[in-house]
Formats: sequence, structure tokens, C-alpha cells
Amino acid sequence: MKLKLEKMNGYSVIYIQEERIDAHNSGELKEYILHMIEHGEVNIIVQLEGVRFIDSSGLGALLSGYKNAAAKSGKLALASCKQQVLSMFELTRLNRVFEIYTDLNEAFENEA
Amino acid sequence: MCNSVLQVDVIIPTQTKYLDLIGSIGEHIAKDLDDFSGDREALAYHLNLVLTEATTNAIKHATLMTPKDTVRITIHIQDNELNIKVYDHGQGFDLETIPLPDFDQPKESGMGLYFIRTLMDSVTYTKQSDCNVLEIIKYL
Repeated sequence: MKLKLEKMNGYSVIYIQEERIDAHNSGELKEYILHMIEHGEVNIIVQLEGVRFIDSSGLGALLSGYKNAAAKSGKLALASCKQQVLSMFELTRLNRVFEIYTDLNEAFENEA
Repeated sequence: MCNSVLQVDVIIPTQTKYLDLIGSIGEHIAKDLDDFSGDREALAYHLNLVLTEATTNAIKHATLMTPKDTVRITIHIQDNELNIKVYDHGQGFDLETIPLPDFDQPKESGMGLYFIRTLMDSVTYTKQSDCNVLEIIKYL
């Protein structure tokens, strides 16, 4: 799983640098986020601009991160979803769970 | 007008690195359909997703039993019916007992079959003498 981590405005921003999140790399993403949370990085924004495909295991990895961040009084939000990726969150009603922002600026404005 | 006959038959090792290949085949097929008046981009994503989810399930079942197993996937289009079959050699399961996801208390797993059932027109899972077959039909 190729990704980049940046600290911005008090948030840990994960830039996913894969076009595809599926059962081949979602386990790695889940472990990465869990590791961050265990080390106190509980306010996380996942930037999905480059992702054009996500499957159920990818949604599961993000949901795992959301639940674990929330359990430590943190938050995991999403930014810059492509329309078809967004439609997966809608189909599973996970758009009611995650805060999903158009871009990072909107995320910072609303999460501040 | 009907699409001409198309038959794809793929056998892969039970390794998740091949999911991209299988999903991409579905995506390409959707984009190259001769006569399809619906949302082609949506169909491409859905076929990619359904093939990915079905193959993931088959890989998981097989890996538990016999790690050096293979998964066979066939895609057949004729008379505007797209038929996908995924063969696994695991213990099998009863499709009817798989519940819908609980949307109020979402869990990390169990969404794959929900996608297949929601996005396609017919889904059956049958146990045959030497394998199980997940058959998925989409009317184009």
C-alpha cells in the first residue's frame, strides 16, 4: 500500500497513493491506521483523491480506523472522494458514519 | 440489438494480487460492450467490484483449505445476459443464510455479498461434486 503521511493543522493526513483499495492491500491500510492510533495519532483525515476503486474490504479498513479513533476520542474523516468511490459509501450507508469532505480545506474548516 | 457472444475463462492462483486483473477484465468488458444504453462507467465499476468481491470470497475459502489451489472465473455474454461464474473448492456456504448488513451498526465485514446481490440481477451458489459455483447474472 503506497501512501504518504503529513501532519497538517493538528491532523494526520493520509494520502492514499493507490488507484485501487481491495483485499490485496486493505489489510495493510487497516494495520497502518491502527498503528497510528496506538501511537496517539487519533485525528486522521484520509485523502482519497487518487483512489478510483474501493471494495468492501477497503470500506472495512476505513471503518475499523473510524471506530478505533472514536474509541480514543479521536476522529477519522475522509476527503476528496471520486464519485464512484463515494457511491460505495452511499450504498452501504457509511456516508452517515463518516464525515466526507470535498477537499482538505473543507475538512480543516469543519473539523476545527 | 444483441451483443455478440463473448466468453472469457480465467484460472488464477489463490492470491489477492490477481484481484486487479480480474476486476479489470470486467471493467474492460463493460466499456467495450457493443450495445449498451445504460451508464457504462457505472456498469464498469460494478463489474469490477462484483468480480473482485466474488474472487476474494473464493480465494479466502480456498486458502483456508488448500493454499495451492486455484480459482476459476468465467464470464459469458450472450443475448444481453452477462453471466459470471466463480468456482471455489472450499467447504461452501448457504447463500440464503447470509444476512443483510446492519446499516445502523455497521461491521467491517459482510458487505461483499451485499454488493453482489444489490448490483446484479440474480445470484446463486450451488455445491457440485468437486467444487462450488457462485453464479451471477446481470441483464444488459
